[in-house]
Amino acid sequence: MFKSQNTLRKVFCALGVSAILAGMPVIGHAWEPQKPVEFVVMAGKGGGADKAVRLLQSIIASEKMAPVPFTPVNKPGGSGAEALVHVNGKKGDNHTIMFTLNSFYTTPLRQPGLGVDITNFTPIARMAEDTFLLWVHSDRKDINNVDDFVKAAKAKGSKWIMAGTGKNSEDNLLTDFLNTAYDLKMKYVPYKGGGKVAKELAGKNADSTVNNPSEQLGFYEAGTTKALASFTDNRLPLFPDAPTFKEIGSDMVYYMQRTVVGAPGMSKEAAAYYDDLFTKVFNSAKWQEYRTKKSLQGDLLTGDALMSYWKRERDIHEVMLKKMGAIK
Amino acid sequence: MTVRTAELLMAIMMGAFSIYLMVKSAELPIGWIEEEGPGGGSWPFWLATIMLISCGGILFNWFRKKGRIATSTKTYIESHVLGDVAAVAGSLIITVALFSFIGIYGALPLFLVFYLRFLGKHSWGLTMTLAVVIPVVIFYFFEITLKIILPKGITEPFFIPLYKIFL
Amino acid sequence: MLEILGQLAQGFLIVFEAQNLLLIIGGCALGLFIGAMPGLGSVNGVAILLPLTFLVPPTGAIIFLAAIYYGAMYGGAISSIMLGIPGASTAVATTFDGRPLAKQGLADKALIGAAVASFVGGSISVVLFTFFAPPLAHVALVFGAPEEFALMMLAFATFVGLGSDDIFKTLFSICIGLVLSAVGFDIISGEPRLVLWDITGFLHGVNFLVLAIGIYGIGEMLWTVEEHALGGGKSMLSEATVSVARTFAALRELVKTWKSTVMGSLLGYFVGILPAAGATPGSLMAYGIAKQISREPEKFGNGAIEGVCAPEAANNAASTGSMLPMLTLGIPGSPTTAILLGGMVIWGLEPGPRLFVDHSEFVWGLIASLYAANLFTLLINIAFIPVFIKVLKTPFTILAPVIFTLCLIGGYAPTQDMHDVWLMIVFGIVGYLMRKLDYPLAPAVLAIVLGPLAEPALRQSLIISEGSFMIFFERVYAGPIMVVALLLLFLPVFKMIYDRVRKPQAERNAG
Repeated sequence: MFKSQNTLRKVFCALGVSAILAGMPVIGHAWEPQKPVEFVVMAGKGGGADKAVRLLQSIIASEKMAPVPFTPVNKPGGSGAEALVHVNGKKGDNHTIMFTLNSFYTTPLRQPGLGVDITNFTPIARMAEDTFLLWVHSDRKDINNVDDFVKAAKAKGSKWIMAGTGKNSEDNLLTDFLNTAYDLKMKYVPYKGGGKVAKELAGKNADSTVNNPSEQLGFYEAGTTKALASFTDNRLPLFPDAPTFKEIGSDMVYYMQRTVVGAPGMSKEAAAYYDDLFTKVFNSAKWQEYRTKKSLQGDLLTGDALMSYWKRERDIHEVMLKKMGAIK
Repeated sequence: MTVRTAELLMAIMMGAFSIYLMVKSAELPIGWIEEEGPGGGSWPFWLATIMLISCGGILFNWFRKKGRIATSTKTYIESHVLGDVAAVAGSLIITVALFSFIGIYGALPLFLVFYLRFLGKHSWGLTMTLAVVIPVVIFYFFEITLKIILPKGITEPFFIPLYKIFL
Repeated sequence: MLEILGQLAQGFLIVFEAQNLLLIIGGCALGLFIGAMPGLGSVNGVAILLPLTFLVPPTGAIIFLAAIYYGAMYGGAISSIMLGIPGASTAVATTFDGRPLAKQGLADKALIGAAVASFVGGSISVVLFTFFAPPLAHVALVFGAPEEFALMMLAFATFVGLGSDDIFKTLFSICIGLVLSAVGFDIISGEPRLVLWDITGFLHGVNFLVLAIGIYGIGEMLWTVEEHALGGGKSMLSEATVSVARTFAALRELVKTWKSTVMGSLLGYFVGILPAAGATPGSLMAYGIAKQISREPEKFGNGAIEGVCAPEAANNAASTGSMLPMLTLGIPGSPTTAILLGGMVIWGLEPGPRLFVDHSEFVWGLIASLYAANLFTLLINIAFIPVFIKVLKTPFTILAPVIFTLCLIGGYAPTQDMHDVWLMIVFGIVGYLMRKLDYPLAPAVLAIVLGPLAEPALRQSLIISEGSFMIFFERVYAGPIMVVALLLLFLPVFKMIYDRVRKPQAERNAG
């Protein structure tokens, strides 16, 4: 393993030096991380959030923005419950940050037993908001707009299959919304991860999905699937032909946050450091390019503005979950 | 304790564990939910039920005195073996307990010294060489090459300058 | 056809650039090392080295990562054979006969068998990949939940004969593995489930590696400590020698196993291309079928070389196979390809049906590098066999603490949670105590891998069919697979009835 004697010597020298340095106070002006930063991901490997984290990690590493590496640690258990409990327990830790989705709001609401209050976490930066669209297979020549969709789904009743990513997930919220708004009886079948959901549609094992653009892009570009409408405020530049639900008279706007969160009770200096770091990352060419490609929306939000955004979003989700009957 | 007695105790313990798993699974619905499909607890619940039935079957064979294990009158763990196995298992447990306090680089050398010198009866020279070389190799391979940060406990501050150099 | 060959030739030109060649050799060697560590698999290697690949262009980067992937697949067999600890779930089936071979002093034969079979499996699958990518991608696409469940049934069915004679203990072992795999959270309802004693560490479930290293690492080592104590403290982990003559003898014997190896390669490849299935079910099924078609099935589990070749050919073939849905559909067939997919996104390449057209240089460079990686890993592996054998000759009391150390760190590395290290120790001690009572433990380890694949597929199918089990028989692909699975499952029963009816008759005829 050792490339040369030099490496070994380096290790031993470093051990000696470290013993001397350990007792000394840290000299310097601004706070900087001292050891590798644990970058917790609320989702499994290979999903949309995981891909984004690995991109963020690579931007920080390749542009040498930080003196230490950021190491992604996936904690997908319990719709993010595992990650939330883990980070919540790291009070005052300046070397733990987390990448969050909307389960950041919904999981603590649905599982009060976890004892997680999201307002305790340290807001760092909202890097983007992901969008949702309604998708069907391109072979459905009879479906070209939402009206056709409603007609076809009505005809099939509960045999119409909507694939999504888990019960009470974002996809489930949107399916419930469509069912209520258009008086449909679509059957919601949960799968593991958005990529799998996209594939079920392309393989015609599902009739429709409400994927993020990043998940369906490959099939969309190949002409396998098509987008009927988007759950956004304005039409997405990537899908100019898909109207928003607002345009066609249903007021449904829904986004997925992609936000970096710090451990509760992180020191002010550390929070300021991460704010600054992720602002730099946000403005980097690579992240901007990724945002355009994946049709990501949402501006950069940091500090207090981010905290009030969380509170607003949490209240909105509480109302939605109540309507669904997921919480009382 | 004979193998036959151990068989009985193990079957009872595993039976009790199966019941615990059934109770725990039943925290989620175990039947069919209208318009949703099988409940979240159904899969583990019915499997735990099969576990319990299997334990019943093992006990049934035990009472019938059927099979090699159920009739064996040999000692379950010979006393001179028990000493060795207990020493190894015990030292592992203590090592893991120490991971959180003095870190992997504090606990591992202690474990290696104990095993090599006191169980293995090797020379001090060999013991100390391995007790130093193995942790260094582990640090190099896991933390530097693979960036897997191992637990350090109170020894954390000593590693901060090392992170600066290598990571 | 000619067009494909032309593109492949261009791919080879890319591979033979000095930098890329170095990347392949480096990747293979590193992968081999990572794979041979209990607890570390190709996922770790690929995930952690992903950021390093920004220093080279995307084609070089994917070549490097694919070489690590390939190397790790070979490497998994090394720890399975030498230590009896499967380094990754894909190498579980290799322990069944690889470990007995090593114990008989035939570790060199097992290692050569694994290396050659991996090479054959890898080569066959790369050729299939080269010529039949698009039609196979279509099959992968139409595979839905009912098909997945049927496939899992098939995987289980090929394994009925694996347990001991005690049917209750075998059943117990399978079920405890399946229940442990359900710990954590229910992906259908998203709710936490079976959080034992309300310990939060169980929220992320029971990792396969924790059970495998616990049982095969800690448990097996305690067992060896016992044998060591009984044997007067002189035993080694295994007797082993290696020489040129023995190597040639082993190679000659391998020729006879071609049937199992080719079967394993084909099976592994087809299972590998199915999204979500990956290499593990493929290698398990290959082992089961190799046993079924063997003339001496009783040798399996006691050191049959076919029992090493079939699963090793299959897991390498499957790792190539799982690249196919990743490249053509953007759907990863294994956790490692999931990371590779993430890498492609970072490099600005959009996986999906258009990748072959838009970035043919990248795709064909990758395919050509698979051919090269395959060859280099074989060579590196064979060159290192004498070193591995030397390691086996180390006295047990030196090797044991080193293996325990690797187990402890291997239990920690995948989740970086001390909870899992404790759990591993518990599994090790309980597993040791159960093993002394003849509980078969391999079925539990297999079940914990297959459980998370089988359960959602079953439930999704039942949701779609509104509770009717007929869905598994009505569909074009699911139907035949399910029928074969059920036939295999009941084959031992039919055989028993047949023997009962036939035997008295034969006796009568003889009389």
